Amino acid sequence: MTWTSPLMTWTADEMMTVAAARALRGDTRCFVGIGLPSTAANLARRTHAPELVLVYESGTIGAKPDRLPLSIGDGVLAATADAVVSVPEMFNYWLQPGRIGVGFLGAAQLDRHGNINTTVIGADYADPTVRLPGAGGAPEIAASCGEVIVVVRQSPRTFVDRVDFVTSVGHGSGPGDRERLGLRGQGPVLVITDLGVLEPDPDDRELTLTRLHPGVTAEQAVAATGWKLRVADGVTTTEPPSEHELSTLRALTATKEKTP
Amino acid sequence: MSARIVPLADAIAELVHDGDTVALEGFTHLIPVAAGHEIIRQGRRGLTLVRMTPDIVYDQLIGAGCAAKLVFSWAGNPGVGSLHRFRDAVQHAWPAPLEIEEHSHAGMANRYVAGASGLPFAVLRGYLGTDLPKHTATIAPITCPFTGETLTAVPALNPDVGIVHAQRADRAGNVQFWGITGVHKEVVLASARSLVTVEEIVDELTPMPGAVVLPGWAVTRVAHVPGGAHPSYAMGYSDRDNEYYQVWDKISRDRAAFQEWLTGVMA
Repeated sequence: MTWTSPLMTWTADEMMTVAAARALRGDTRCFVGIGLPSTAANLARRTHAPELVLVYESGTIGAKPDRLPLSIGDGVLAATADAVVSVPEMFNYWLQPGRIGVGFLGAAQLDRHGNINTTVIGADYADPTVRLPGAGGAPEIAASCGEVIVVVRQSPRTFVDRVDFVTSVGHGSGPGDRERLGLRGQGPVLVITDLGVLEPDPDDRELTLTRLHPGVTAEQAVAATGWKLRVADGVTTTEPPSEHELSTLRALTATKEKTP
Repeated sequence: MSARIVPLADAIAELVHDGDTVALEGFTHLIPVAAGHEIIRQGRRGLTLVRMTPDIVYDQLIGAGCAAKLVFSWAGNPGVGSLHRFRDAVQHAWPAPLEIEEHSHAGMANRYVAGASGLPFAVLRGYLGTDLPKHTATIAPITCPFTGETLTAVPALNPDVGIVHAQRADRAGNVQFWGITGVHKEVVLASARSLVTVEEIVDELTPMPGAVVLPGWAVTRVAHVPGGAHPSYAMGYSDRDNEYYQVWDKISRDRAAFQEWLTGVMA
């Protein structure tokens, strides 16, 4: 889908990436996954948050890539980082003690409490319908970062009542679960999609639609969700992408196509 | 020249046997792909393959029928999508059933650290609340004897053979690597036998920023294999061949296309 304002046209994915970039502020230390989160984090660093510290699980801390990396281990990340550390050091010294403010994650399935599945689709782990890549760094990123932002396209296939497999814990089955499990970060505080933004309800931690991107209706968001999505009173509308945001994003994604 | 430095085919024949537990490591960088192809050529079978990020080279080893089991934390084609040979093995047991033992990156990294440290297990804040412990026997809760806090224990990984790629070695077999160093040091020190393939053999290892040096006596064999990390890269020597990762997606989707690729490797 594309949207048009009097001056500009943008795609739903572009709106999602811009909204995700805006959620990163100041000199936040941000643990970045590849794909949409990496695009958004790099956009934020090029627009309103030049001091943002990008941390990739390959061990690059404070990477300042001049183009969009295709993998978390691209040479440009190591060559531009403030520090390059081993993988055990990354997880043990930097992530585990809570030194990273924001964890930026994607999801193959996400449930009403923000729990994430990236392991298998299907009820039987031993005989899955679809075998997905697995956990990677996500379980500990979701546990130990100060907060988690999930960036994912919204559809009933992805936004499910119950995930088939809990790869990374969001808010468990509700209030108090994270504390009981000994998870020290706050968990998912924002889920940014191509349709709008969901936030956990302060009382019962269920993801609730709080914002819609321009041109999207609440009915569309509800229809794209596999559980009965709650819509907050006074849902707001996302500010449309600025010309600067869009042109910067497009220049950035063009570098990915040209990456040697 | 040290007797430690041998041709790649000789090193694989000597070090890797049917049924061994073998770890080829390299976290997106310095992946020992050529060594993996040599294992395929020599027709090793029944291997337990260990790797944090099984990507193209493990898709190839699995598709070629070398593996009985995979111990891993993230199996995908980075930046592209799925590993189709891996999926075919898990979902359809082709060309052979593949047992899996699945962890997180933090867990795998700590298992190598324990292995390199001569400890039976490692402790971390990990896996809490996830479904992984229900399916992976090598994840267990442990109580801190000092605070009473519940943490997670994972057993040491001590492969029979650890294999990595590096930028260079000197003639005595001392090895040097830099850039993203991943778990290179840990896997070599954790393994009973080890092989390092290198871009270059030099007279002297001059200092490089952030470089790790493994003394030759800590490495079993070194082989001179320029370009041995392709399609991954060796910082200072080559760039990542991003296009090949896309090409592999097409080859690996189809059993016949894969077989044709395999015939090319065996030739």
